[in-house]
Amino acid sequence: MTAGTAQAGDPHRERRPETAQLASSSIDVDVWRGVADGRFVRYRVPREASQTVLDVVTWIQRNLDPTLAYRYACRVGMCGSCAMTVNGVARWTCRTHVDRVAAGARLELRPLSNLPVIRDLVCDMRGFFDKWAAARGRLVPTATRNDPMARVLPASRERRAADAAIECIGCGVCHASCDIVAWRPDYLGPAALNRAWTLVNDVRDGGNRARLAAVAGDAGCHACHSQASCTERCPKHLAPTASIAGLKRAVSRALLKGEL
Amino acid sequence: MSLVRGAAGAAAGQRVDFDRSRARTDATLWLLQRASAFVLAVCVVVHLATIFYAVRSGLTAAAIVARIHASIAWPAFYAVFVVAAAVHAPIGLRAIAAEWMGFQGRRADLAAVVVGVALLALGLRAIWGLAA
Repeated sequence: MTAGTAQAGDPHRERRPETAQLASSSIDVDVWRGVADGRFVRYRVPREASQTVLDVVTWIQRNLDPTLAYRYACRVGMCGSCAMTVNGVARWTCRTHVDRVAAGARLELRPLSNLPVIRDLVCDMRGFFDKWAAARGRLVPTATRNDPMARVLPASRERRAADAAIECIGCGVCHASCDIVAWRPDYLGPAALNRAWTLVNDVRDGGNRARLAAVAGDAGCHACHSQASCTERCPKHLAPTASIAGLKRAVSRALLKGEL
Repeated sequence: MSLVRGAAGAAAGQRVDFDRSRARTDATLWLLQRASAFVLAVCVVVHLATIFYAVRSGLTAAAIVARIHASIAWPAFYAVFVVAAAVHAPIGLRAIAAEWMGFQGRRADLAAVVVGVALLALGLRAIWGLAA
């Protein structure tokens, strides 16, 4: 096989003709470099058809500056590691097409808001996941391996409520988009509270007394103003706002029963 | 702020790092805010409807004051209105103080209580002035 046929078989090569139809042959990308006191550096990146923002970042790192730090793993919207601020909006970059977000052939890439920057486009996610732990986002089993398998009917109210919230990939887009997190950094935030809500509805779980007390209060579900930025931005189209409203109801019920 | 060492949490082998009494206080305030909002919604509708009705009938302010003065029901209605407002507003202001002014815990609570007492005193004094 010659080099020529190998190139012809390359799907990216085959799509080349479409590039001619793009509005411009290149795109100017301002990328945050450094830590909190860093600066934007501009790179010029060739435009491709069906190019994602993650493709752009990878091109910069492989062709212009190998010291650029960023995170990704799966590239298909499963792992939740590639979220960044794209033109001012937190997004998963692997499934964000440049066509959809690059106004005037310009991109501005920053790390996620509301988390400390380690370097360039990489945030320290520890605070984000510590909040999942603080919200008791872990199953507290009530059965052993000797007990029969729990039967959870798919049509039951609890199962449907958990289903609606369970597909979170932990990307941090909601946490970065939440004004309340920006105003009071101790607020547990949409992702951790959404996770707690799935467990509140898990009939196998026995940790709700502690969980409801952990998520109640001004650093928990009651801080939410239902502005729904999390729901607007969630790439998985989940509704953390609805989950938080569910927690408020569950906490109120526990309070009135004297179980909080 | 004291940390509650709950028996349930300890038995499950989990670190208990939340304040249960704080959670109860915040949850209670949230419920009070919702309940007072419900009362306020009714009161505001009655208040506005009455004003529109009274103005349509061509009543003067002096005539309205005279009617309230002669009534027990209207001062009682406005007393409920004032109490609901005095409960509702400070809880919302407390959240604003926490988010925008950095008031924490007891300090925010105290500021809210001061505002609530002031609203209650001013409102009830106004009703007393009309009724007595």
